[in-house]
Amino acid sequence: MMKSAKNDFWVFVETDATGNAKNVGLELLNPGRKLAQPQGGKLVAVVVGNHVQAAVNSAAEYGADAVITVEGEEFAHYSTDAYTAVMCQLVQKYQPAAILIGATNNGRDMGPRMASRLQTGLTADCTALDLDPDTGDVVWTRPAFGGNLMASIVCPKHRPQLGTVRPGVFKKQEPVLGRSVTVIRENLHVPAEEIRTELLETIREAAVETVDLESAEIIVAGGRGVGSAEGFGPLQELAQVLGATVGASRAAVDAGWISHVYQIGQTGKNVAPKLYIACGISGAIQHMSGVNNAKCIVAINQDPEAPIFQTADYGLVGDVREIVPLLTQAIKKAKASTGK
Amino acid sequence: MKKILVCVKQVPDTTEIRIDPVKHTLIREGVPSIVNPFDAYALEQAARIKDKEPDTQIVLLSMGPPQAQAALKKCLAVGGDKAYLVSGGVFGGSDTLATSYILSCAVQKVRELEGPFAMILCGKQAIDGDTAQVGPELAEHLGLPQVTYAVEVTAEQNAAVVRRETEEGFERVRVQYPCLITVTKPNFDPRLPSIQAKLAANHKEIALLGVEDLPIDLEKIGLNGSPTRVKKTFTPPVKTSGVTITEEDPALAVEKLVALLQKDGVL
Repeated sequence: MMKSAKNDFWVFVETDATGNAKNVGLELLNPGRKLAQPQGGKLVAVVVGNHVQAAVNSAAEYGADAVITVEGEEFAHYSTDAYTAVMCQLVQKYQPAAILIGATNNGRDMGPRMASRLQTGLTADCTALDLDPDTGDVVWTRPAFGGNLMASIVCPKHRPQLGTVRPGVFKKQEPVLGRSVTVIRENLHVPAEEIRTELLETIREAAVETVDLESAEIIVAGGRGVGSAEGFGPLQELAQVLGATVGASRAAVDAGWISHVYQIGQTGKNVAPKLYIACGISGAIQHMSGVNNAKCIVAINQDPEAPIFQTADYGLVGDVREIVPLLTQAIKKAKASTGK
Repeated sequence: MKKILVCVKQVPDTTEIRIDPVKHTLIREGVPSIVNPFDAYALEQAARIKDKEPDTQIVLLSMGPPQAQAALKKCLAVGGDKAYLVSGGVFGGSDTLATSYILSCAVQKVRELEGPFAMILCGKQAIDGDTAQVGPELAEHLGLPQVTYAVEVTAEQNAAVVRRETEEGFERVRVQYPCLITVTKPNFDPRLPSIQAKLAANHKEIALLGVEDLPIDLEKIGLNGSPTRVKKTFTPPVKTSGVTITEEDPALAVEKLVALLQKDGVL
């Protein structure tokens, strides 16, 4: 689509199996507001699903000016065909200036499908969003070449401008509980024969309910230096003492020691804890690009030359199998003495 | 007989890329070119289908400079039967939308020559651009259903069953033929070529497709046909080094660490 005059900014608020908003959609309302305001545009959350009132309410509480929602049984779980069809119909009707989509697996499935149907530009997996002061275009910044290079992309002539944005990069604003806004319910449906995929089974990895790396305050992550699946045991103990979440580098996931749902980095999750304890992680740029937003990074690695020591706030050279249990004890002791 | 088209890109090995410490630019000299690893996984999925159904035919399609033939030769040695390379200066500067449009024109041409494909397999993303957009955009141009993030593809009579990675674990999805599937890293490695297969691949011909061979709208390709523009590139800021704890005794080192973290207020 070529440029039109509408200045509204949309955030696609993805829902989970229970009809609640996924965090990333609520996070994106925050930068979405900063982009929409200078141009006098409205910030609109778009919620597609079945029984998604909880997500609609959250979108209002976390700052949307209005919500457009489409409900139907065919949207109960994500499918490329149904979601792309309804999103593109909404775009044709309302013509927003830009749409922010969380860079989840489903967001990155739907985004390019929409871009191709609408013949517009899409920027993938962004980690920073700005406005070009001269043109009002969104400047989408993203890592490329495995995180070695950052590129800022614009889409000057086509609308809507589309981008997928990494979860965990932006913080949700403080919610205003019970805030209510205009909710537009669009009665759109996609015929069954136009949905060419069939979801046969959903397989949740064990203990996944406890994996919320993106909003974790403290993360204890393990890499190749952990040595084995059993080697994550002491990390779990340390995490428990700290009230932390366990994560992993790609090396540990590839070795089969821990599920991919725990993976942090370029091909895993983006995290922003106040404390990140990297155990036996070498610190390849692909991993570090996922922890850029950590406030304090502690590195424990027996290789003094490991690149992680260049970015860590505190580095400790040693074998994680020896250091981690000692650290657990020391923190227990410290907590006991401060009464926390 | 089932036909599978596998899309392949030759990319610089990004794990070998270094940053010029003075100019803050990528040092590309001496960086080896490889088959995009995710495309190698896609080809391996196709080869596994062929292992079970030996009359499956695997056709390869790439877009890039003439040197990209080297990548196609490697793929011909590990399961590919035929290869096409789309090449030409007019394609340069294309963003993902223009690239996927060019590929969709090439798929139409290859389909004319080879007959219809049950599946098109692509890597989830290329490791240089990391966009993961070309696969789904290509599927849309061709009007095909898609499944992304596949770790396992099983071929049925009229549909594929895909094990797909999600944030919470996996899904199993059935998708009708013809379809496009993008493949991520499975828990197995792609096969290595035998010496005989390498030699045989050297003798296989790679068909070149130029702009004149394709049913294409020149307005939709290259820089002018691309909705997005790169405004600037820069190297990510590097944090200055922090504190290395030098106490030899691990117990003392750990105590010092805890004290520092408490002082910073992060514990």
